[in-house]
Amino acid sequence: MPKMSGAQALLESLERQNVDTIFGILGGAILPVYDALYDNKKIRHILARHEQCAAHEAEGYARASGRVGVCMATSGPGATNLVTGIANAYMDSSPIIALTGQIPTCGVNSSYMIGRDAFQEADILGITTAITKYNYQPQTVLEIPQMVTNAFHIATTGRPGPVLIDLPKNVQTNIAEVEFTDKHNIRSYRLPQPPDLTKISQAAELLATAERPMLLVGGGVILADASNEIVKMSDLLMAPVATTFMGKGAFPESHPLSLGCIGMHGNPAANRIIGEADVLLAIGTRLSDRATTNLDTFAEGAKKIQIDIDAAEINKNVEVDLAIISDAKVSMEMLLTAISEKLKKGKGKAWTTRVKEVKEQLSPMLKEAPRGMTPKALLSELRKLLPASGIITTEVGQNQMWSALYMQSLQPRTFISSGGLGTMGFGFPAAIGAKVARPDSIVVDIAGDGSFIMSEQELACSVTEDIPVIVMVLNNSVLGMVAQWQRTLYSRRYKAINLGKSPDFVKLAEAYGAQGIRVASIDEFKKAIKTAMTSKVTTVIDVPIGSETDVVPFVPPGCGLPEQRGDY
Amino acid sequence: MESGKTKIISVLVENKPGVLHSIANLFRRRNFNIESITVGATQQQDIARMTITVNADEKTLDQVVKQVAKQIDVLKVEELESGNFVMREIALIKVEVTDSKTRSDVINFVKVFRSRIIDISPDSLTVEITGGPDKINAFLNLMKTFGVLELARTGITALARGAKSIKIDD
Repeated sequence: MPKMSGAQALLESLERQNVDTIFGILGGAILPVYDALYDNKKIRHILARHEQCAAHEAEGYARASGRVGVCMATSGPGATNLVTGIANAYMDSSPIIALTGQIPTCGVNSSYMIGRDAFQEADILGITTAITKYNYQPQTVLEIPQMVTNAFHIATTGRPGPVLIDLPKNVQTNIAEVEFTDKHNIRSYRLPQPPDLTKISQAAELLATAERPMLLVGGGVILADASNEIVKMSDLLMAPVATTFMGKGAFPESHPLSLGCIGMHGNPAANRIIGEADVLLAIGTRLSDRATTNLDTFAEGAKKIQIDIDAAEINKNVEVDLAIISDAKVSMEMLLTAISEKLKKGKGKAWTTRVKEVKEQLSPMLKEAPRGMTPKALLSELRKLLPASGIITTEVGQNQMWSALYMQSLQPRTFISSGGLGTMGFGFPAAIGAKVARPDSIVVDIAGDGSFIMSEQELACSVTEDIPVIVMVLNNSVLGMVAQWQRTLYSRRYKAINLGKSPDFVKLAEAYGAQGIRVASIDEFKKAIKTAMTSKVTTVIDVPIGSETDVVPFVPPGCGLPEQRGDY
Repeated sequence: MESGKTKIISVLVENKPGVLHSIANLFRRRNFNIESITVGATQQQDIARMTITVNADEKTLDQVVKQVAKQIDVLKVEELESGNFVMREIALIKVEVTDSKTRSDVINFVKVFRSRIIDISPDSLTVEITGGPDKINAFLNLMKTFGVLELARTGITALARGAKSIKIDD
């Protein structure tokens, strides 16, 4: 057995999990790992400029690629700065591993030990218990290989999520004869059994005999790589497909039966049709408040079937008639076979005709784009210029909801946004992470001015680490979404929403060594995107838009999905 | 939280640091109410049993069981079905006794309730009572008429009836 330090054992264990990148910032308590990285040839370290962004970068990497994203920080403030990023990954079920340095468990100087409030000590295990799928702290070097194997197993299987490993400094430096293992050994962690055949059969019967079946697809479908099965199911049942915000990209939005996203700022066609369906198949979605709005009227005419890998999601938010606890891909394959056997003749055309009619009447994409620099016109142009494999990330707020409404997603893993936690500042670092995972894809962060400045310092990271992405700042000089709420729900009593004209985004980009372009027309915007797509450095495009442009339509709090309001 | 009935769930967990924290944290995070929680050893050294009493309606209880089951260190969760389990709680009650009449009254009640006196001082008696919460509550209400100086209750611990046992294989 090889003799090595805990830090070396960690890196060797990460390599065995095919880790090729770590996003991180160093500090005293994690220095031994960085010292081991000095000799490492396989793992690329990307120096973030804030630990929160390191975690978002790891998540962007994970969501663009389907692999595990890894971030690293020192103890104390380094670790606590990761917290928002970890919470974001937890809410959106993204597999990331967070590595943190920690004060030693023992040593010569007893005041520099865990539990004595030493310099840069924080109880990161306690702090992250509620926002990680699991967390670990090895007490000896020998525990490290098994812990890393188990951590990756937990992060990637079942419902994925973040796992944190807190590394006391003496465990990083101690030397031991280390044995590596690729076999996980967590007896208390059990994955779902294959789906219950009776339930598959019952679901197949309901769907095969439905007159107005509809599919509602969440982020779980992307995680389970089940997009093809969804397309097949839609074709087989002639069923329209809506996605949740997190499911965007799981079903090609160019498909004639695509309804786009449901929800508070969803596509009105999706919000209307869900109220007319007689059987609703929800796959890989927790049916969150933003997707369902008023629970009493949510898909009230439909028998509801829910497929989820997490048993705790069944009946948590919405009571369903039939539940299948399973991986989405496995159960969809079984359902496809079972339905094909039951479906004697093709479905009638009445339902698809109705879907087409509602789409023509309500879908924003089928209405003519208003002239000028409107979000819809801008995003429609961006869609035309961006290849189908191009990756969109978004910030949070109006920019995000406009992206959901107007930026069609054609492939899974090409739309990456902070859905559950709603973290402003997520999009730019996520874009950097996505670009590292898929360097051949063009990556565009659709940003707002308010969100972008929350992680603008990562321009330094993208420039120095040679990770060119495009940031398109929809610049309305206000915190737009809260301004919209104050405008519509608080009688225009605007408070604390004004951002003024600061900063100058072109100068800001240039200060970091990136490219800055300000555009004043759609034509200039198209030209800027084309320039940015071939640029070797990150480009920030400042796109001024009206400060009173609303995201419409909108389901006011307390109302049901079909009660959307606002001209659009 | 909607008011419901008191339910008991029995949870087998890995006997290691941090597990009680993660379970307690889960209850706080999900806004579930714990009435009592007891933790102790089982026949297997590496496994601990938590007996958790919650006040919850059916829907909430369903969520409690599923969320607890989802915790990585949880081996098994069971809701104990009413009437089909045995449960016990211990209470230590320090009662004020200032005269001999009170003293003999308390001693009589102690006999009736099959409880025990475990400490005596000139002005107090400390009683140990074991039983279900109803029995303990009834006894406690009687003692309150004399004056309860101090009270310590352990919370419920429970097992399902019959020969059935939960065995966790490695």
